[in-house]
Amino acid sequence: MRGAETPETMQDPSGKPVVTDTTSTILDRAAEAAVRATPDSLATRVRGLSDKTVAWIFIAPTILLLLAINIFPLIWAIQLSFTNYRANRPNEAVKNIGLSNYSRILNDADTWAAMQATAHFVLWTILLQTLIGFTLAYLIDRKFRGHAFWTTIILVPMMLSPAVVGNFWRFLYEPQIGLFAYVISFVTGIPPTEILMLSSVKLAPWAIIIVDTWMWTPYVMLICLAGLRSIPDYIYEAAEVDRASNWRQFWSITLPMALPFIMLAVLFRGIENFKMFDMVNLLTGGGPGSTTEVASITLKREAFEKWRTGFSSAFAIILFVAVFGLANIYVKVLNRVKSR
Amino acid sequence: MSAAAHSVVEPSVTSKRVAAALVVVYAVISMIPLFWIFATSFKTPPDSIAYPPKVLFTPSIEGYCNLFTTRTRQTPEYINSLPPATSFCDETTRKRNMVIAGPSNFLPRFVNSLVIAFGSTFCAVFLGTLAAYGFSRFKVPLADDLLFFILSTRMMPPIAVAIPIYLMYRELGLSDTALGMILLYTAVNVSLAVWLLKGFIDEIPREYEEAAMIDGYTRLQAFRKVVLPQATTGIAATAIFCLIFAWNEYAFASLLTSGTAQTAPPFIPTIIGEGGQDWPAVAAGTTVFLVPILVFTILLRKQLLRGITFGAVRK
Repeated sequence: MRGAETPETMQDPSGKPVVTDTTSTILDRAAEAAVRATPDSLATRVRGLSDKTVAWIFIAPTILLLLAINIFPLIWAIQLSFTNYRANRPNEAVKNIGLSNYSRILNDADTWAAMQATAHFVLWTILLQTLIGFTLAYLIDRKFRGHAFWTTIILVPMMLSPAVVGNFWRFLYEPQIGLFAYVISFVTGIPPTEILMLSSVKLAPWAIIIVDTWMWTPYVMLICLAGLRSIPDYIYEAAEVDRASNWRQFWSITLPMALPFIMLAVLFRGIENFKMFDMVNLLTGGGPGSTTEVASITLKREAFEKWRTGFSSAFAIILFVAVFGLANIYVKVLNRVKSR
Repeated sequence: MSAAAHSVVEPSVTSKRVAAALVVVYAVISMIPLFWIFATSFKTPPDSIAYPPKVLFTPSIEGYCNLFTTRTRQTPEYINSLPPATSFCDETTRKRNMVIAGPSNFLPRFVNSLVIAFGSTFCAVFLGTLAAYGFSRFKVPLADDLLFFILSTRMMPPIAVAIPIYLMYRELGLSDTALGMILLYTAVNVSLAVWLLKGFIDEIPREYEEAAMIDGYTRLQAFRKVVLPQATTGIAATAIFCLIFAWNEYAFASLLTSGTAQTAPPFIPTIIGEGGQDWPAVAAGTTVFLVPILVFTILLRKQLLRGITFGAVRK
């Protein structure tokens, strides 16, 4: 409409167009005045919130929640780690004892025993899960009929609660009546009463490694599978043209190209198992003695059984710094591998 | 070398068969513990501790009876004086010289698990979607640091987090409340939710919203009517993850709840019968607890797979 009017005003400059012009300016002025008169809040409601406001409205609740539930407690824990505070005696005077909690932890043989138990657990679970997980992923990547169905079946254990399922493994491990002991004695001929998976110092660490591997190998498998599927077909086609053997293709294409994914899986499993608490707590509770007392179990004993809150806060912070530091170094290495 | 006629891109029939056989063997072995949980839940207590372990047995729902009830031992004279048993559970209990004293705590604990898991999932996904959109579309000062900080909160061992949370909740009166647990699980899950959802929203072209805004939508309307529908798959995948975490969580629940707000994971291991753990009842509780997640996993496997690999690969 307006496009049709404009040429007309150009053709006939006498009277009418001038009037239109004036009306439009008057209207414009009126509109401007109206905008000025409108309170800001109403204006924003009409025009919509500015992007900056929207951004902050969207992000702020999350940040506030994390500040309240993550950061504030963390700062509190740092502060407590310099004191001799005990949560079961809230009325006792709290003394600031400086760094002595830290020095006691680092010089304590028990702490190092816990670290050693954790390291044993983390290293073996990662090794087993990576080997089995990658092999499974490689096999599933052969894309046989029904591979999607079997992948789903294999995934099931990792979806389940480690605590609830771990608790049931106690029954499987039970000497004499447990299925695990029965199968092992059936295969090896060792009498089932001698297969004390949870109460023998030698076997207990392996009992938790087995359950963790059963549960989390699927996760490693899944990430490895993503890695294998990210390798473009044309690389293999080129290798075929060059008559590279399957063996050669595996070592110079498949493995190096899937390596960043394998390393990622190792990182995630490493962090998770460094924090491991639920399954171990239910299976062995750290026992027998303190053979399977991984760091989180020590932490729980110090904090919620001996109630040495200050001491355990210091230990928690040492653990956090250790995980954080190691993970950061590892990510640096990972990025170097990726960019290669 | 005529064998090279097949390409690795399409593996040979033999290699496929071998791969299939090995994968199936692994899958079947890894299913045995789960099958055993299910089987044990339908055994009678004597059957459950038989040696050698019984694979074939007469199924019984005694485990489920014991899971949902508490029982007291009575003299045979007293039991004979009672009116005839009205239900199967009544009858089996009496055969063991006991009478049902009342409902057990399992049902309320299970309901707690439902309320806390779904409540915290809803909150985490709601907050996570908003924050993810904010980080994805706007220039937020220090965005990378904030995102990294959000993610690094997941590296804390749960017990380390639980110490100050325990003190804080004690001060605020949130100990052993569903609200406290929902807040805590939301905070733990929101970091994952933001991270996953930012990836999903980054994939939606900005042009869609810009077009909508030129057509007169405000930013909020464009978010609601253009971005949200596009992000449904991502939101669903994220929600499943949050739900699985909250449903399965044990460390916080065992330290911060003891009574009214206790969830099922810390409760199930405490089910004991006379003279030791009542394994059929534990198995029954475990089965009831695992079934929702099993159904979820099978129904939503596509979104799950996408979420797991996606979340990992982006980092």
